[in-house]
Parts: sequence; C-alpha cells; structure tokens
Amino acid sequence: MPEALPSGDAAPRAGRGPAAGGSGTLRRRKAIVLVLFCTVLGAAAQLLLKVGSQAVNTASLYAIVWSMATNVPLVSGLALYGLSMVLFVHALRNEQLSLLYPLISLTYIWVTAVSILFLNESVSFWKLAGVVVIVAGVACLGKDPSAA
Amino acid sequence: MSATTSSIVLVIVASFIGSFGAVLLKAGSMRVKNGIRDMIFNPRILLGCVTYVLSSFFFILAIRQGELSFLYPMVALSYVWTLLWSRLFFGEPFTRNKFAGIALILAGVALLNAGRG
Repeated sequence: MPEALPSGDAAPRAGRGPAAGGSGTLRRRKAIVLVLFCTVLGAAAQLLLKVGSQAVNTASLYAIVWSMATNVPLVSGLALYGLSMVLFVHALRNEQLSLLYPLISLTYIWVTAVSILFLNESVSFWKLAGVVVIVAGVACLGKDPSAA
Repeated sequence: MSATTSSIVLVIVASFIGSFGAVLLKAGSMRVKNGIRDMIFNPRILLGCVTYVLSSFFFILAIRQGELSFLYPMVALSYVWTLLWSRLFFGEPFTRNKFAGIALILAGVALLNAGRG
C-alpha cells in the first residue's frame, strides 16, 4: 500500500505558506488534526486488510479476484485506505508538506501497535528498532527545505 | 518466523508497482487544469488509480501469511522507488534529506529482516 507521492505534488500550494489565508494557525491546526485522523484510518484499514486476507482463496486467479472482491473486511479496508489518501491530499492543500509528512509516518507506529495488541503478533527488539528507523526515514523525506 | 520469503517478495513487488501509481498521478495532475471532472476523466490519473489497485492486490496476497507488523513497514520501500522515478521522470533533485531518508528506510528494512527467524 504505497503512500509515496513525488514531492512536487503538494509543493505549489504549500508555497503560499500557511499565513496566506489570515487564520493560519487555525488552518494549520485543522490540517494537523486531519492528518492524525488519516493515520488512524490508515491503521484501521491495514487491520481490516489483514483480517480479510485470511479468507482469500488462492486456488486460481479467478478465485483470488472473486474472493477478494466479495470480501467485506477487504473491501472496507480498501475503502478506508482510499478515504485516508483523499483526506491526506486535501490536508496537503492547506499545509506544508514538510510539516505533514512526518505525521503521516505515525501510521507505522499504529499498525505495529494494533498488530501486537489485536493480532497477537510477536514483539522483538529488531522489529521495534526497524519501525522506529523507518519512521525517522519517512519523516526525513518531508523535511526538505527545497519544498518549502 | 515473522514472514515467509514469498510474502517479502510480494510486498516488494507491491511497493514497486505502487510507486508507478504515484508517478502516473503526478503526470496526470500536471495536466489537470480545473475542476473535478478534469481530474476524474484524466487517463493518467485513472491509470494511476488502477495501478494502486493492482499494488493492493499483491499487498493483500503478501499479508495473507506472515506478520503485519513485519510486512507493513516494508511498504516504506515505495518511497525509495518513488524518489528514483521523481528524479528520472520529473527531474526533481536529490537532496541531502532525501538521501538521509532513503538510507534510514533501507536501514530500517534491514533491521526488520535481521530479526527474522
């Protein structure tokens, strides 16, 4: 489930700066809350996809496609994922990429948490270290002075 | 075992396909002048959405077996591909931050895999 967009997408509007509309602080706060909501939606979507994936029938290509298309958790998960992407792009219109990109990487933290809490997945040093380093990496991508 | 090798390969394939979705959306967005109709009927944007669906198809097959907490973070590899295509197709410059981000993502994926077994 890719979230990466070429950085140029949001840059033109972000270039106006958050203060352009007068009530900059409020707009910024709204954008931040919206993106945080997106990360929660994204994690819920992953949980639904994982649950739904267990019922996929891999007997043939037709069986795979049919068992996916008629799978309620899977279709709901994809819909939530799509919704979170649309909301994220909407938030990007009002706020700088460099501020919101690090926030979106919180999804990795939530997914790890729900996997451990609800799917009884294992906890290990390597897994937690890997996620933390990946989150730092994604956050770094947003901290691009040339995009501001 | 947190995930099988085939699950890992499927996630990498999904992230690779998905990165082209981003490229298609970007290419389409540069041609959209105004209005939602312009966007919905743009062939590049439509193809970009189809590409995302195809990427999700492989991702769902990937997470069928193996741990979500191991496989999902590897989706971040799509950022690495996307930065390559951004440079290749749109001439977006590599910056120090992008290099650092790519290095950290690759290191994180390596750490995850170091704990496999």
